[in-house]
Parts: sequence; structure tokens; C-alpha cells
Amino acid sequence: MTFINYAAREINCKIVYYGPGLGGKTTNIKFVYEKTNPTAKGKLISLATETDRTLFFDFLPLDLGEIRGFRTRFHLYTVPGQVFYDASRKLILKGVDGVVFVADSQAARMEANLESLRNLDLNLKEQGYDLRTIPYVLQLNKRDLPSALPVEEMKRQLVRKGEPVFEAVASKGTGVFETLKTIAKMVLLELRKGR
Amino acid sequence: MPGNDLVLHEEEFIRIRDVLSRLRGECNAKIVFLVDKNGQQIAAIGELASIDTTALASLAAGNVAATDSLARLIGEKEFSVLFHEGERDNLHISVVGGRVILVVIFDERSSLGLVRLRVKKGSNELAVILDVMLKKSAAPRKAAAGGSPFAEITDEDIDKLFSD
Repeated sequence: MTFINYAAREINCKIVYYGPGLGGKTTNIKFVYEKTNPTAKGKLISLATETDRTLFFDFLPLDLGEIRGFRTRFHLYTVPGQVFYDASRKLILKGVDGVVFVADSQAARMEANLESLRNLDLNLKEQGYDLRTIPYVLQLNKRDLPSALPVEEMKRQLVRKGEPVFEAVASKGTGVFETLKTIAKMVLLELRKGR
Repeated sequence: MPGNDLVLHEEEFIRIRDVLSRLRGECNAKIVFLVDKNGQQIAAIGELASIDTTALASLAAGNVAATDSLARLIGEKEFSVLFHEGERDNLHISVVGGRVILVVIFDERSSLGLVRLRVKKGSNELAVILDVMLKKSAAPRKAAAGGSPFAEITDEDIDKLFSD
């Protein structure tokens, strides 16, 4: 649900990074934070446990500049990936405009990817959204690991609707901005439709 | 898509700002601000230079969302007021019209009793304005805005955002 502020001439959109625990959602956002010009970003807020696992969410506000006289701001959120934090994940999906699913390429994590994807589908439905219609991008992260499954195999199991797919190594920044740009574009194009 | 995009027009913005401004004076508060339940800041008044309002908005919304869920867990509809007491500053958070969050930050120059009293009155006024805002948001955007500027967005406009 985009927030259009005619008084301040601002558009605010919300993007949520979803996926299994330790898949690299926070790493994606941290890389965006590190590489973004200080004038274009706000503070990175991480509500994490003592061991740096996301407890509630990470939050990064980005200012992408003007479009048709409106300041375009994106609020990036990550959800906690661990299965038992489902109540928190539901809360963070409220008002979402676009979703990035960060999948872990390691063979041993495929089951966790699938479970998280099912969970996303369910939680979106609960909020009244539909994975088939919401702007959605799939990121295959950790492509540098020796145990990574072949891309085609991952796509076969994870692609849901012909969504854009990006290969990534979030810890090195590979694929991070490509993913973000694509989902941001999809959200803005949705705005153009006027819904 | 569930619901509509939230659209804030100049007219409602000014009315909201007036209410917040008066509320701030009546409460003797440092900051009064209004946040959508999804964490989007709607308006803010007061000593804003000292604080990151974007982060505050997101965290206040997270706080209310978590507390709402806690309420439902124990069979309550909601906890309509949250109060956080600090050594120096205090935070009074309340939900207005079930949709937006009113945050008042105050110090020893005010008191919880005063803030509660004034917030109650201010909330009623805000609820009326929000109602108008939500109705306008739900109306087809063309009618509400004299033509949507977003229908005209081109691929080049979007590409320009990502040019560097």
C-alpha cells in the first residue's frame, strides 16, 4: 500500500525481503546501506538478537530522487527468517508493495526455501494479498558456495509465476542492486496502473 | 490488492498539522507526530531536528503492531494506549481511528495525566480528518487529485532514478 503525500510531494513504498533463516536478507540490506550515498539513506535499524539474528525486522529508508516532482522513497524491511518468528513476519507484511524472496542456494537449504515460500504465500493471503499479482522478485543467493544447486534446478522448484530471477552473492554485493532496482521498478509500474 | 493506497492531500495535511500543533501546545510536549500503522510518517510537529523521525515512525508502528498481536493473544481487541517512561523523555503512543498512530514525546514540563487528557480530545478531531482522508484515498485517484501524476510515469522516469 503506497503512501502518496501530495502535501509533502512524496511517494512512500514498502519492500519486504522474505526467505529462510540465514539466507542473506539482512546481508542484502546491509550492502545497500553501505553502498548508498549518505544523502539518499536513513539510519539502518536492526532489531536483532545478541547473536545478530533478526528478531523483529531490519529497516532501511532510501530516497531514490524525484519522479514527476515527487520524492520517491522506499522503505526496505527484512523479516526474521527463523520458522518460529511467524507472528512477526505477518506484521511486517502489512502494507507491503513488493516482495523479494532471498533463497539460499545450498542444496541442504532447499527444503527451508520451499517452506518459507509456502509460508510467504500463506501470510500474504492472510493479509489479503496474492503472490501471483504482487510485485515479486526471486533472488538465488550464495551462488559462490560449492554446495550451491544448479540455477535451473532452483528455478524449477522455486519460480512461481515467471518472476525475475537474480543470482547473487549478497556478502560481496553481487546481484544485490539488480534485485532492488527490479523490484522498485515493478512497484512504480504498479503505481502507474493506479490500481 | 487489499485496501487502497493512502493518499494525503494538502487540505487534510494542513488540518492535521493544525491539530498536532495545538495538541503540542496544550500538552507542553516536545514532539507530536502521526504515523500510519504501516510505519509511514504522516505529519510531525516540534523539536524534530534532534530525532530521526523516519526511524521513529517505523519503530512506533512495529511497537503498536507487536502490542496489538499481544492484546489479541490474551483476548483483548487492542491496547489503545502505550506509555514508555524514560529518565528524561517519555513516549505516549495511541491509536486513532483504528488506522493511525499518534505519538507524543514529552518531558518533565508536562505530565502523563495532561497528555492523556489532551490526546483524547485531539484524537477525536484527528479521527474526523482521517475519515475524509481515507474516503478520498478510496475514491478513484483521478477524481481526487485532478488527474493522477503517476499514470504518466514513463520507463525513462524510472530508469533515471537508478542512473548512478
